[in-house]
Amino acid sequence: MDDDPRADRTLKPAALALYDITKRFGAFTALESVSLLIDSGRITALLGENGAGKTTLMRIAFGMIQPDAGSIVIEGQQTRFNSPADAIAAGIGMVHQQFSLIPAMTVAENVALGGKGRFSFDETASLLRDVADRTGLSIDPRARVADLGSAERQKLEIIRTIAHDAHVMILDEPTAVLTPRDTVELFKQLRTFAASGGAVVLITHKLRDALEHADDVSVLRRGRLALSTSMSEVNEASLVNAMLGDTPHVVTSKESKPAGSTVIASLDKARLRDRTSGRTMNVSLQIRSGEIVGIAALNGAAIPLLRMLAARSQTSTGSATLPARIGFVPENRHDEALIDDFSLVENLALADAGKIDGLISWSTIERETRTVISQFDVRTPDPNTSPAKLSGGNQQRFVLGRELRNSPDLLVLENPTQGLDVNASAFVHEQIRHARTNGAAVVFYSSDLDELADLSDRVIVVSGETLIEVGPDRDAIGRALLGAQPVDER
Amino acid sequence: MNAELALAGDALVRATPLIIAGLAVAFAFRGGVFNIGAEGQLLVGAIAATAVTLSSGEMLGRLAVVLAIIAGAIAGAAWAWIAAELKRRFHVLEIISTIMLNFIAIHLVSFLVRGPLQEPTRIYPQTETFIRSARLPVLVPGTRLHMGFALAIVLAIGLAWAFKRTAFGFRVRATGASPSAAKVAGLIDTEKTSLIVFLVSGALAGIAGSVEVSGVTFALYENLSPGYGYTAIAVALIAGLNPVGIIASGIFFGILETGASALQREFAIPSSLASVVEATLIIAALTIAAVRGRHTLIQPVKS
Amino acid sequence: MSAIETFLQGTVRTATPLAFAALGETVVERSGVINIGLEGAIIAGAFGGFAAAGYGSTWIGFVGAMLAGVAIAAVFAFFAVHVRADQIITGTAISLLGLGATATLYRQLYGATGAGLSIPTMGVTRVPLLSSIPLIGSPLFAQPAITYLLYLIIPAVWWWMYHTHAGLGLRATGEDPRAVVVAGIPAKKIQLLSVLFGGALGGIAGGVLVIAQAGSFAEGMSAGRGFIAIAIVVLGRWHPLGVAAAALIFGAASALQYFFQAMGWTLPYQAFLVLPYVLTLLGLAGIAGKATPPAGLGKWQDQR
Repeated sequence: MDDDPRADRTLKPAALALYDITKRFGAFTALESVSLLIDSGRITALLGENGAGKTTLMRIAFGMIQPDAGSIVIEGQQTRFNSPADAIAAGIGMVHQQFSLIPAMTVAENVALGGKGRFSFDETASLLRDVADRTGLSIDPRARVADLGSAERQKLEIIRTIAHDAHVMILDEPTAVLTPRDTVELFKQLRTFAASGGAVVLITHKLRDALEHADDVSVLRRGRLALSTSMSEVNEASLVNAMLGDTPHVVTSKESKPAGSTVIASLDKARLRDRTSGRTMNVSLQIRSGEIVGIAALNGAAIPLLRMLAARSQTSTGSATLPARIGFVPENRHDEALIDDFSLVENLALADAGKIDGLISWSTIERETRTVISQFDVRTPDPNTSPAKLSGGNQQRFVLGRELRNSPDLLVLENPTQGLDVNASAFVHEQIRHARTNGAAVVFYSSDLDELADLSDRVIVVSGETLIEVGPDRDAIGRALLGAQPVDER
Repeated sequence: MNAELALAGDALVRATPLIIAGLAVAFAFRGGVFNIGAEGQLLVGAIAATAVTLSSGEMLGRLAVVLAIIAGAIAGAAWAWIAAELKRRFHVLEIISTIMLNFIAIHLVSFLVRGPLQEPTRIYPQTETFIRSARLPVLVPGTRLHMGFALAIVLAIGLAWAFKRTAFGFRVRATGASPSAAKVAGLIDTEKTSLIVFLVSGALAGIAGSVEVSGVTFALYENLSPGYGYTAIAVALIAGLNPVGIIASGIFFGILETGASALQREFAIPSSLASVVEATLIIAALTIAAVRGRHTLIQPVKS
Repeated sequence: MSAIETFLQGTVRTATPLAFAALGETVVERSGVINIGLEGAIIAGAFGGFAAAGYGSTWIGFVGAMLAGVAIAAVFAFFAVHVRADQIITGTAISLLGLGATATLYRQLYGATGAGLSIPTMGVTRVPLLSSIPLIGSPLFAQPAITYLLYLIIPAVWWWMYHTHAGLGLRATGEDPRAVVVAGIPAKKIQLLSVLFGGALGGIAGGVLVIAQAGSFAEGMSAGRGFIAIAIVVLGRWHPLGVAAAALIFGAASALQYFFQAMGWTLPYQAFLVLPYVLTLLGLAGIAGKATPPAGLGKWQDQR
């Protein structure tokens, strides 16, 4: 990108420079010719929606993955990182969202990881004291990481990168697990680090944090660099614009049908537990017949809610009132919806397997399977093949057909068009609308904001520890997810 | 002609416990239960059958045989239940618990045949011999082939039918093939299914043991089983865990082992050849399964 | 010797092969891999020790035992660690491979000559002074020399695990291979080397059974010790010293028969023979939920 607004820079080379980085995963292009310059003494925010490529770019910078094209330059020297060990040796440190500290071990052991020769607790402790003297960040070397809270663990990760002489510190969504007070503390630490000559890269989707604390900002959108400038030249509106893009959203003619009055499913102070973050939240909501409710969330935070509505998980408190006939289409088709070792006929029988007893009439089931195959246009040579032989789109058609064949009162879907081509996606949408017309309630999660806007009658956004209800408007959904102020609240 | 008939009969006699125990192993594996304990379950089945026959044989005659086999099934199921409960309650890996139980069963037999169940003269480490009327009748005169073989065939066909036509059999297969899909898509109670699989598998192995004492040995003694329970694993795997296929692979191993002994007697070819072939086959089958992924063969149920 | 001393002697004697095998498996499991094939390593070591000792001395025998254990562990390492095949199934196959192969080889190579084949055996080596300590002197220091190797290895492994960066890397790999990659540690290499080390010690354990105890080989003579050793690792909470202690407890259980004998109490001898197996079951059940394994144990499979 030659028209980099900071091209007229001073002669000091960037602490970390990434030039024309391209990375593909199979047919999917995660990054297309992205360039990024990180200067010492400054905090750079790297913004973008989910899937924009921010984490991929930083993983490349940290040596966790290798780019297909492009180069990495550290203070004027071009280098190649084959593993994180190389990056660490070159002075790059990364503070991860999760999974990089060992809970069962002590602070000292975690800091010492990767060293050589004799391991001495005292040596590590004195190293930590050294860091504390230099930066004011101190932590008890004897403490077990499992006993530390999120903010402390983050501080440990920062201390660890400093202890390993990092010049560039990359933080991946550091404020996701912090309270507002901890957030203030974190940015104080980062500012101190920058002031002493370090460079900070802050990957975040939280606009507020970026606006308040960053010096420079770069925005990625769908794998490309959308904006790269100093923070003084932008405001929230221009950032949101850069992140979401100006693509005019096609408003398809939605048959807006008023929801029925029957409550099909309801949760009352039910406790949801997020497996990955470990956080719990209590929710209450009602789903009515004849409505399509979209769920928007980041990082799989929607799953516990969907599973509870689909009667695949139970709550320990409150109550969940659910209808008898529920159709469920999980995101992980391969592990949770279909059995590869079974034929399509057997996979159809699977749906009732927990409830029936006695003998199975396979001729009847085979007939039902043929019906589903023809009604849902599943392209397959015959009903006795394995679902593994079908394309993703046809698999999804089949699963939908199976779940819809008994006219369920509630249909729950997890990211139903993920990885499907245009035709298959359109078909799924058609079926969802059809189900609604027949009086069913549909609840679905999608990571695609356009889809949520097009299909839903209303959208529930899982944001932090609350549910926010918004209308089916792409911008409104996007803002609620980003934690930005809704436009009309200004 | 008679010698060949007798030899053929011997091969099928040898095949009988292998088939029934092979069914036990196959049923467990297909249900996602890693039951390596067929050997022990077989032995306690033999113990139960012996106890029943010795105590009621005179009175009940043929009926005693039926009761003996039922007792063997119950004993085998109970032995398997120990491992099932240890897994459910204490998360003890069934591969370790079933192997421990195998060794315990071996020593239990040793204790019984040298102690409480020993034959009256107290000379030999074995029980009294079963009276003629309390034995499994011979199927083909001129051979040792007994009704147990017919029972093995019936069980194999029955199991095949259960897998193919019953909802329960389907649930077992689904649980073994993919516990996650079984739970999420099928709303199957995989824990309950696993327990039943353990019990049925143990019962089948127990029947193998009771059939062996009632049809071949007519007494309980040490080394009753030259590792039937372990060979059964090979029998099951070679047949692709298919019940009807197990009839064939069981007979194959029966021929292999009988032929090997005959070869040794006739031509001094070491009978260890059979073991080599068996060991190779089982290793190959397990290795393929391990590499292709647990889901294609065995998938322990995650609680 | 008094009844107690006989009992303690027997305890250490029985515990020795268990401790070797369990110590090796501790290192393996601390790296995140569970090797159910340990039984195969032990029986391979028994046979290898038998064959090698027949050629040379007892120490050559132990080298042979160790190499046999490493060889069979290498097969396990290839499938379970390199190919990332299912660890439980692979381990089972390895154990069966070891048992079947050694039985077949024994019959082929030695069967004809019968069970009367003799090899040099390792007798007791009394450590001067130390073996004269009342009560524990004899049990601890009047043992075959290979036992003293164990006394050296236990603290060595312990020190290495907790006081070197390499040992730290091992423990971290077993906890979370992902976190370790991020710190630049070669997790796979660590796992491969650990498995080989476990195989070496398992082989030596088998060697002890043949060269320092039975004096000959018999098919299946490992008698489930590999699986018992795995239970000992759990009961010792994956710590070298804890594992050594747990091995002693199992040794004591088996040695109880000598104590009973000396005291004139009688129990059917089978009761003593089943004790280790029963103890394994009770131990594993009793420790459930109380001993936490390395967090990543057996988990890094299906990630090729």
